[in-house]
Amino acid sequence: MAKLAINKKTLKNQKTLILMGIPFAIYAIIFCYVPLFGWIMAFQNYKPKDGMWHSKFVGLGKFERLFSDDTFLKTIRNTFCMGAMNLVFSTIFAILFAILLNEFWTLKGKKIIQTVSYLPHFLSWIIVTGICFDVLSMENGVLNQVLVALHVIPEPINWLAYPKYFWWIVTFAHLWKETGWNSIIYLAAITSINPDLYEAASIDGAGRLSKIWHITLPGLKPTIMILLIMNIGNVLNAGFEVQYLLGNGLVQSVAQTIDIYVLKFGISNGDYSLGTAAGIFKSVVSIALIAIANAGAKAMGEESLF
Amino acid sequence: MEKKESAFGKHSSVTKPGMAKMGIKAPAEVGDGSGNIFSRRTTGDIVFDTINTIVLILFTLVVVYPLINTVAMSFNDGIDALRGGITFFPRAFTWKNYETVLAKQGMKTGAVISVLRTVIGTLTSTLCTALLAYVLSRKNFIFKKPLSMLYVITMYVNGGLIPVFLVYKALGLTNSFWVYILPGMVSAWNMLVLRTYMNGIPESLSESAELDGAGHFTIFFRIILPLSMPVIACVSLFSAVGQWNSWFDAMLYNRMSDNLTTLQYELMKLLSSVTNNNANVETMKNSDNMVTPRTMRAAATVVTALPIVCLYPFLQRYFVAGMTIGGVKE
Repeated sequence: MAKLAINKKTLKNQKTLILMGIPFAIYAIIFCYVPLFGWIMAFQNYKPKDGMWHSKFVGLGKFERLFSDDTFLKTIRNTFCMGAMNLVFSTIFAILFAILLNEFWTLKGKKIIQTVSYLPHFLSWIIVTGICFDVLSMENGVLNQVLVALHVIPEPINWLAYPKYFWWIVTFAHLWKETGWNSIIYLAAITSINPDLYEAASIDGAGRLSKIWHITLPGLKPTIMILLIMNIGNVLNAGFEVQYLLGNGLVQSVAQTIDIYVLKFGISNGDYSLGTAAGIFKSVVSIALIAIANAGAKAMGEESLF
Repeated sequence: MEKKESAFGKHSSVTKPGMAKMGIKAPAEVGDGSGNIFSRRTTGDIVFDTINTIVLILFTLVVVYPLINTVAMSFNDGIDALRGGITFFPRAFTWKNYETVLAKQGMKTGAVISVLRTVIGTLTSTLCTALLAYVLSRKNFIFKKPLSMLYVITMYVNGGLIPVFLVYKALGLTNSFWVYILPGMVSAWNMLVLRTYMNGIPESLSESAELDGAGHFTIFFRIILPLSMPVIACVSLFSAVGQWNSWFDAMLYNRMSDNLTTLQYELMKLLSSVTNNNANVETMKNSDNMVTPRTMRAAATVVTALPIVCLYPFLQRYFVAGMTIGGVKE
């Protein structure tokens, strides 16, 4: 196929295609690129009545305020730690679940477990947090009941009232919702491992565990790497819904994430400039994380994204 | 292993770059592994299988129990539920929770709006995204590169909450039904998935139609769209679930309009009324009708989750297939 030059003839020939493309270009510009111009607000003391054209420029003042604000620094820590815990544990659990499921002895049972384990993925976070409240409840919450019955704790604990438990609760909520779903891609990858390898290992007298360790896990390595790289860029994006819905005044110091901070200071308190600055910080760090993960993977000679 | 026909039908052999990298050949069913009970079993195998079964059954129980418990709660008398001890089945059966929940004006409006946004949102989003994918899958379209770049960039950079909020406000999308529809009308990610698929459809099909005088719309609607149905099904299912489950837009943009509330947002209000003590007392006052916030919320949860839970078993294979083509990359 020869490369077509942009001239009158091709423009005329492709008139319909171009006319079809124009609305999409306009759509992208209005819904995705016009908001990007809003980043200017972060460098202004934006007042809705002055608008973007007449608000006073304050340079990096808003960023200075952000980084001297202890609340915001805690917010960064919370977002990052919860994102990282979530990434690490959900990867480990998904791989573990995929391997165990792959080794399950009946195909029928495997299907049932799969169907059940994918289901929570399709429930909204509102429903899942509601379930969390019920499970963790002081009165009749199943977790307290089980732990008291097993004598692990002497009396019911109000789990959501203690900052030390909050990150774990968020991590477990994610695990409950997504483990089954995340395992799909690993299961597919396990299926594509050459069966001859297992057979050869059996002949050499390898047991189930050593086959998992020496064949399945190495076979999964490329998939794990690619998914880790893809997800590292999302670490900061994972901190909104659960934290917003589960959080309360008692655990605010560990529950508030960047997105919640933006919502609170930007929308509720009306400080649009500060909120935008916090948002920009998040975007920039996310892009940097993707770039670093990608470069790291390339340097180690692993699969990379671009 | 018996190979089941994947949700993608005969075009599933199209290899996608990302997937090839991950070593994944096609959306496949789970292999039967090495855990066949008819093969020679050593003591180690038996121990392994036993532990494995116990772990997986425990896991399944952990996933399923809260769901079943919620259903049991929703059918149980509110005051009776306060005594505790309700596990898999309701103890004092009643329809009262559902009657109370469904009588709420918010739930009625919410149900209508949720259905509308799911249907309209899914249709427009799928159609527009597919049309864009079609335009970008035309091999010699001169603006192919810039137009696809315009969309790929949006996958990595976005304005963030506040600039987006202000733009939507300026566009008149606050307190409007269209805030549920317009922002999600074209999805860059779904566009890439669809375009990759459309690129795999033999060019000769559209070329011969063109020779017969068919225009682009005819080719799109009569040839490309029908042939892309398996992927269209996936993409639209995901978008439908997303529409049904989203609540933040209702809260952020349409909080002031009671007639634009959604089921999820109504459920969220019930959720915060449980954590918020004042509202709790408020609801308890009319507890003579044996409904408590806990049981009422259980009923609302069941109502909100019902469409998904009912449809899900039938659509599962499309969802799973959609997940495995997620490895597409530009």
